Amino acid sequence: MKQLLSFIHKEFLHIFRDTWTMMIIIALPIVMMILFGYAVTTEIKNTNFGVLDYSKDDLSKGIVNKLKSSEYFIYENDGYNNYQEAEESFKNGDVGIILVFEENFYENLTHTGKANIQILADGSDPNTARTLVTYASSIINIYLQEKNPSPTPYQITPEIKFLYNPQLKGSYNSVPGVIGMIIMLICAMMTAVSITREKERGTMEVLLVSPIKPIYIIIAKLTPYFVISVINVIIIFIISHFIMGVPIAGNMFWITILCILYIIVSLALGLLISTIAHTQVIALLISGMVMMLPAVYLSGMMFPIENMPWILQFISNIIPARWFVAAIRKIMIMGVEVRYIVNEMVILVTMIIVLVAISLKKFKQRLE
Amino acid sequence: MNPIIAKDIKRSYGKVEALKGISFEVSKGEIFGIIGPDGAGKTTLFRILSTLLLADSGEAKIDGFDVIKDYKAIRQIVGYMPGRFSLYQDLSVEENINFFAKLFNTSLKENYYLVEEIYRHIEPFKKRRAGALSGGMKQKLALSCALIHKPSVLFLDEPTTGVDPVSRKEFWHMLKMLKAQGITILVSTPYMDEASLCNRVALIQEGSFLDIDTPENIVNKFDQEIWSANSNNMPKLLIDLRNLKEIKSAFAFGDTNHITIDKETFNKEIIEEKLKSLGHKDIILKGIKPTIEDCFMELAKK
Repeated sequence: MKQLLSFIHKEFLHIFRDTWTMMIIIALPIVMMILFGYAVTTEIKNTNFGVLDYSKDDLSKGIVNKLKSSEYFIYENDGYNNYQEAEESFKNGDVGIILVFEENFYENLTHTGKANIQILADGSDPNTARTLVTYASSIINIYLQEKNPSPTPYQITPEIKFLYNPQLKGSYNSVPGVIGMIIMLICAMMTAVSITREKERGTMEVLLVSPIKPIYIIIAKLTPYFVISVINVIIIFIISHFIMGVPIAGNMFWITILCILYIIVSLALGLLISTIAHTQVIALLISGMVMMLPAVYLSGMMFPIENMPWILQFISNIIPARWFVAAIRKIMIMGVEVRYIVNEMVILVTMIIVLVAISLKKFKQRLE
Repeated sequence: MNPIIAKDIKRSYGKVEALKGISFEVSKGEIFGIIGPDGAGKTTLFRILSTLLLADSGEAKIDGFDVIKDYKAIRQIVGYMPGRFSLYQDLSVEENINFFAKLFNTSLKENYYLVEEIYRHIEPFKKRRAGALSGGMKQKLALSCALIHKPSVLFLDEPTTGVDPVSRKEFWHMLKMLKAQGITILVSTPYMDEASLCNRVALIQEGSFLDIDTPENIVNKFDQEIWSANSNNMPKLLIDLRNLKEIKSAFAFGDTNHITIDKETFNKEIIEEKLKSLGHKDIILKGIKPTIEDCFMELAKK
């Protein structure tokens, strides 16, 4: 026991004395939270829009005013006189979308029941364009309904409601994702690097030619990163809840259990990498390429898994982050009961068992 | 039973045969040197004996324990210092030795007497990070760490490589002291001049032992006459000497050339004349006593 404690103490010393390690474990989670919570967001706010109004009647002006008053759009110019002017300001990047009202807009609507608005958006950034168009058309529809509650008896107007995240806040999505990435980074990468460092520096030889059991070496190597990860998760939760206003709807106990399961999976992955890699650089590359990239791109934290080709969907099944992100979204944001995430939990536990078994088998009593 | 016994140890890395059947025994309290150039197989042998590597065939026993079956027992009783000083560079001197002491379930306080002679040299710097120590001090710290648990057998793989001459001398002095305490020491070195400091040496070349004997016997067994040869143009001299039929071999040896001669035909004056005619000046030919390195070169030729 004394052996183990002194070993763990030594591991903490390694971490505290390395500036870069400290930077990664302290600054990185906070930077990533801010980055993904605020900067890299799919929400669109304060977009400039332009108007080319051939009609200039009350209705078209009303629509423009309605758009102006929404938080998504800003109207700063006086309207264009012709199409060339409109396109010119588009090319300059002055505006995100342009509304074009046809001539006799209001009359057409009242007399024929049909009037045309053209919405021009920049298709070179399809995601933003789509979002802007959706926002704009829903604002226009709402306005028209207010003006004219029952235009035709049989019209069906879908009313869309986004459950659990009614304002479609990006941070609701990014928090589970950031936890998924940070833990993968700290646990898997740092553990793998710290074990391979011993191999590279030759200290592993001395450790092996000593009475200490390999399992103690492993426990001692993993313990500090486990502790640090738990602290990091707490920090992330505090930032996301109190600063970004992300709700924690579910049961805190099960959220904790879920996070701990994911931390253990990541540690086991790091351990596995360290049994394969012989140098720190290789360990870094493997954890970066094989662990981090899939965790970011294939876990569903950035891109929906449903949209991926089947082969990537298939691969995403073996990525722990996928199951963690799915489960944490359900339990934290949706606030479901634990029985809805049993599936994910079982998969994570299975992964732990398999990874630990392989690592222990591969962790050698000898050099080769 | 001898504390180190190796029988016909073979080990290959792919197609390369690192060890081609090594056998030797080391008796208790002996300093046994494995002498040979880089790549001769010294480290592989050390790793096999210290249970870090498995041999392809052959067997080895340390203090009666088999290196494969009883590796756990061996790890309790041996001290191992790998080729590179395997210390934690970011930990202080004190933290390093305390860590290694705890690893063996002991403490610096408890076994201070064992390492005192060596550790007191570096104790004034105990707060300094190991990475900031000089080569000689790192070596002393690594040796202290390897000794802290009172091993009965000590494996030192090239402990003096990369260390200044003064520290090397001190180091061998320390080994003598440890030997006096009854510790069996297996030490490897690429420096031939350190061979004479061992009780017995094995000369290793390309995975085979050329000879095992005391340094004196190895020199005495040498049946060739050795001369040293100097002139004003040393590189040309070496080539010219090799072309003379009276000279069997010639090697550069520090600031001189060592030659073995054909006793039947060798005549100092004739050789000097021949060299003069080849344009050499200030020629000095001297009969000298062979060193271990001369023996190694001669044995390695065969």
